Amino acid sequence: MTKVFTNRRQSFKAVDGVNFRLYPGQCLGIVGESGSGKSTAARMIAQLETTTEGRILYRNQDITNTPGRKRKSIYRNMQMIFQNPLDSFDPRRKLGSSVVEVLCNYGFSKIEARAQMKKLMERVGLNDEIADRYPHQVSGGQCQRAAIARAIALKPEILICDEATSALDVSVQQQIIKLLKELQSEYHLSILFICHDLALVQEMCQRVIVMYEGKIVEEGAVDEVIENPKEVYTRRLLDSVLSI
Amino acid sequence: MRKTNIRLRFIIFLGLVLVLAGVAAFAPALVPFDPYEQNLQEALRAPGGTHLLGTDRYGRDMLSRVIVGGRTTIFSTLALVGVSVIIGMVIGILCGYYGGKMDSIVMRISDVCLAFPGMVFAIAAASVLGGGIISAVSALAFISWPKYARLARGEVLSIKNRTFMEAARLGGCGTWKLITGHILPNISGTILVTATLDIGTMMMELAGLSFLGLGAMPPAAEWGSMMSDGRSMLQTSPWVILAPGTAIFITVACFNLLGDTIRDLLDPKRQDVKA
Repeated sequence: MTKVFTNRRQSFKAVDGVNFRLYPGQCLGIVGESGSGKSTAARMIAQLETTTEGRILYRNQDITNTPGRKRKSIYRNMQMIFQNPLDSFDPRRKLGSSVVEVLCNYGFSKIEARAQMKKLMERVGLNDEIADRYPHQVSGGQCQRAAIARAIALKPEILICDEATSALDVSVQQQIIKLLKELQSEYHLSILFICHDLALVQEMCQRVIVMYEGKIVEEGAVDEVIENPKEVYTRRLLDSVLSI
Repeated sequence: MRKTNIRLRFIIFLGLVLVLAGVAAFAPALVPFDPYEQNLQEALRAPGGTHLLGTDRYGRDMLSRVIVGGRTTIFSTLALVGVSVIIGMVIGILCGYYGGKMDSIVMRISDVCLAFPGMVFAIAAASVLGGGIISAVSALAFISWPKYARLARGEVLSIKNRTFMEAARLGGCGTWKLITGHILPNISGTILVTATLDIGTMMMELAGLSFLGLGAMPPAAEWGSMMSDGRSMLQTSPWVILAPGTAIFITVACFNLLGDTIRDLLDPKRQDVKA
């Protein structure tokens, strides 16, 4: 699986000539400060933003700016988890029904989907009762678990986590990371893990990309980059964490 | 405490509105006299006796006419609101969802409609279309849809870019499913409230057109045209104008109160406080 990715957006280059690969079964971290373009890059891959220039390849297939109708087949293999779990669920739907909807969209019957949803909810550590609640009736952690259940419902190959743990408190973050790691080996997921918490990235990922002002400033194995940063910016980013 | 109060109010007003609608629906079975039968010997009888609300100048029983008139008034108002809401909502959702040139053009058209004094336009349109309740409803629907289109468009714009819409798209929802499954349920509350609150105003406008002779045609019983009939006798036989007038007042008040209560009921600030 290859993802070659070079890009320029509007007059303001949020992402500028970025090029990276996500290997099967691996977890690639993207770190960088706010506004460094990491989320934009992820959203372009997920077809939520248009790509101005460059290509996005999935299994040697060009999926850059896929037109609306064909996106469905891409989302079969690519799912995303968002930063704010509460906002990623329709406020007028029960959590379980949001998961069922995804399954039904991909050919499950209502009954199959409900059964499958219960299994998924159980897998991410939520009991049946939670599935019958509305998003505002559960905690952020529970909501994010449900979001994970929804994302893995179709057994995708790629999972994009866009700051998936940032809105949660520290102890819940650890649980979610643990869950994601388990699921990664279970489903052989390739994860694109966007985060600004370097410790979590180190725990989660094999390789890491450091982005600054839309460009990749450093790339490499996660331990190497974090223990032994080559670039000035990476060092500054690391220092800023330590100084707090 | 407050919540249960609102619930109670909602049930009461909904009950009142349902009673009104029920009376309108079963009007022919409820009337004590034939509302169209003239009896000049009984003309302009004061309320009381066999004719509870008196008779008009042709000797027709006012109570029967008010009941049958309610059928025309209430149902044509509901049809009017329904048509305006559906047209407005479809246009508004499409404009909000797709945006672009189409959106700008349609919104400028709706601006023109909104800027024009509604009633004047309705009078003009109704007289061009000729009399009759259907042309009155069409004329009013024509000036009422932009309000709902704007409302729906605004609501769609405010939720279009929320994360859950993106999540739904990632979940394989096509445009149709996004609109029917996620946009509609999330915006229908606001629109429902506005529509209920508007029923009163629309009823007044419809009665107004009938009063001017542009709505229901005599001898059809309709509150607006009945008031128009009786206006010359205001000093001598006030009941002829008071009966339909009071009916309009009560019905409009009921629908307005119901609208207020639904608004309070759906107000997120009054929702159960989340843990």
